[in-house]
Amino acid sequence: MSGGGEGEKRMRAGQGGWDRPAEREKRGASIPDPASTPVPAALRERIESAMALYPDARSAAIPALHAAQEVHGWCSPEAIAQVACVMAVTPAYLDSLATFYDMLETAPAGRHSVYVCTNISCSLRGADELLAAVEEAAAADPDVRVRSFECLGACDIAPMASVDGVYVGPLTPQDVPELLADLRAGRAIMPERQLARRLVADQRANSREFPPPPPQGEGAPTSAERDGAHASEERQP
Amino acid sequence: MSQQLLLQDIDEPGLHTLAVYERRGGYEALRKALAMTRQEVLSELEASGLRGRGGAGFQMGKKVSFLPHGAIERYLVCNADESEPGTFKDRELVQKTPHMLIEGIVIAAYAAEASRAFIYIRGEYVLQADVLDSAVAEAHAAGYLGEDILGSGHSLSLVVHRGAGAYICGEETGLLDSLEGKRGNPRLKPPFPANQGLYQGPTLINNVETLATVPAIMRMGGAEYAKLGVETSTGTKVVSVSGHVQRPGNYEIELGIPSREIIYGLAGGPPEGRAIKCWFPGGSSAPVLTAEDLDVPYDFDSLAHAGSMLGSGAIIVVDDSTPILDVAMKVAKFYRHESCGKCTPCREGTNWTVTMLERIDRGEATPMDLDIITSVCDHIIGNCLCVLGDAMAMPIASMVAKFRPELEAHMQAAHERALPPAAAPAGGGGGFA
Ligand SMILES: Cc1cc2nc3c(=O)[nH]c(=O)nc-3n(C[C@H](O)[C@H](O)[C@H](O)COP(=O)(O)O)c2cc1C
Ligand code: SF4
Ligand code: FES
Repeated sequence: MSGGGEGEKRMRAGQGGWDRPAEREKRGASIPDPASTPVPAALRERIESAMALYPDARSAAIPALHAAQEVHGWCSPEAIAQVACVMAVTPAYLDSLATFYDMLETAPAGRHSVYVCTNISCSLRGADELLAAVEEAAAADPDVRVRSFECLGACDIAPMASVDGVYVGPLTPQDVPELLADLRAGRAIMPERQLARRLVADQRANSREFPPPPPQGEGAPTSAERDGAHASEERQP
Repeated sequence: MSQQLLLQDIDEPGLHTLAVYERRGGYEALRKALAMTRQEVLSELEASGLRGRGGAGFQMGKKVSFLPHGAIERYLVCNADESEPGTFKDRELVQKTPHMLIEGIVIAAYAAEASRAFIYIRGEYVLQADVLDSAVAEAHAAGYLGEDILGSGHSLSLVVHRGAGAYICGEETGLLDSLEGKRGNPRLKPPFPANQGLYQGPTLINNVETLATVPAIMRMGGAEYAKLGVETSTGTKVVSVSGHVQRPGNYEIELGIPSREIIYGLAGGPPEGRAIKCWFPGGSSAPVLTAEDLDVPYDFDSLAHAGSMLGSGAIIVVDDSTPILDVAMKVAKFYRHESCGKCTPCREGTNWTVTMLERIDRGEATPMDLDIITSVCDHIIGNCLCVLGDAMAMPIASMVAKFRPELEAHMQAAHERALPPAAAPAGGGGGFA
């Protein structure tokens, strides 16, 4: 959440100004002690190789938080402590980043994320209804975190969503059950509707006809397999 | 016949791989550049007249020439943050023709004497960042990146850096802070990045499309490139068209063609039976134009003359089925959310603008509120560290100025709805303070 977003939340809560009284007795956490902060070896390795890419290792802070979030599901105190330990910075420093950037989660999040774009071009084509439908369909599922998001840079497939990082659109509220079914089953998300498959809009660009590129997602099934999978799902009681 | 320099055969299978790119003549522009002196390459860039495609439209060659010489480390940063609402051109280029961008970066770094380069790509572009990572690895293995490129003595390292979701990191100094591992708060300018940028070193920052155009300029020669487009807006530009049009997407146009040709001719115009209410010519930060402005030539100066801007080259079309208040609210809320909070006029002004627009929608506003909104916008413009505040103030002020009767009618109707039925005024009319 960027600064304005935080302020916005406080305004709505009617708190104005400071959101919490200062904890005078509390001392800020210092750089975690490696002896008492176990860090998974794979995570440490990713953070250290990111640090090696930059003249100033601190540049690796965001990539490191991304990596820790993949391991822990969110930027939990434990995740922050591990990054802080490897990078030799204070947890507060990393907290200041996690609270600034929209993609870093500062509260427990589901295993899957669905960002529904509700910015201008998508909302002109029905994004608000789409968001409502996704929120309703996923409300009871703690595994799926649904968020309304700012322009995701895919207004050509508006209204659209980024489902675990895969862009799909255009979507209608009627597509939501299929989208969530694909997500829960670990299948490629709506392969025919993926941005990855889209050809450029400008008719003058391609001098010949080209096939659409393959969709994203592990072992993206062929449409025949997909239909098969759907059929077997329907057979279940 | 329009030239396609960037989008030509962009869907050719495998174009994102080095083999196909090379088969199409890729990296020949780099060989040509490396056979010239840095000064000669710079002269070609200057002669091309190429203006930045990221928003501000500053001449690229001039920017390169501002970098100080001498024995200091210089940096090149490619801005692939692409978060301006309505903009999705860099996404298509990076995903489908990453080597064109890399080739442009190596040439520009040669001209700028930079030996380290970074591509800052927005974190949401997962597929595109993955494509770039593989392309960089391939280019490195083939000797187009790394030490002593093609035996020229020029060396360049290139790192793909993924952001984490913040519009303000597209602003060049916010981007630099973010790349240094901080919150993306913009810096006070001057000093400009060309003098003191990344890690305090001289830094050339350019947009993806700007850099991706460089190979074409080297191939054609700067003077030849400058023949495309119009005098002060040379070349071709990828325009992202979205909103109420029948064929949304990216189109490569020669700068200076009538806007109508893009919106109607290429993108198909609004759906059958609807008319254009307004359109943003350059992303949601640009003041809106109306149907009357459709014949304005699509280039930097003509759009500025018409009271708006070319910005990132993103045309958002709004037809007459959408209330202008809804448009204003979406735009204002976005900038409120993305304000980094550093400057009071931007932090407070974006928030109060949203609050006032919501009051209009709830029927609690009076026509005077429109004057207050205009005055808030006036107080933001020019009074902040970066232009994010202006980016809200300009389109909002333009909507209030151009659609005042509609906004007043909207508030009147909302006001009447909000009243208990018995208390509704008989005649209606203004002045319901
Ligand atoms: C709030 C804000 C957001 C911006 N976002 C972007 C962006 O996403 N991509 C971009 O290339 N330029 C963006 N810019 C413009 C950059 O500050 C800068 O002018 C540009 O990257 C320079 O490259 P160019 O000269 O090649 O256009 C933004 C500017 C502001 C004020
Ligand atoms: S104008 Fe807004 S976004 Fe820009 S630095 Fe100031 S507060 Fe931050
Ligand atoms: S407005 Fe939704 S992707 Fe741009």
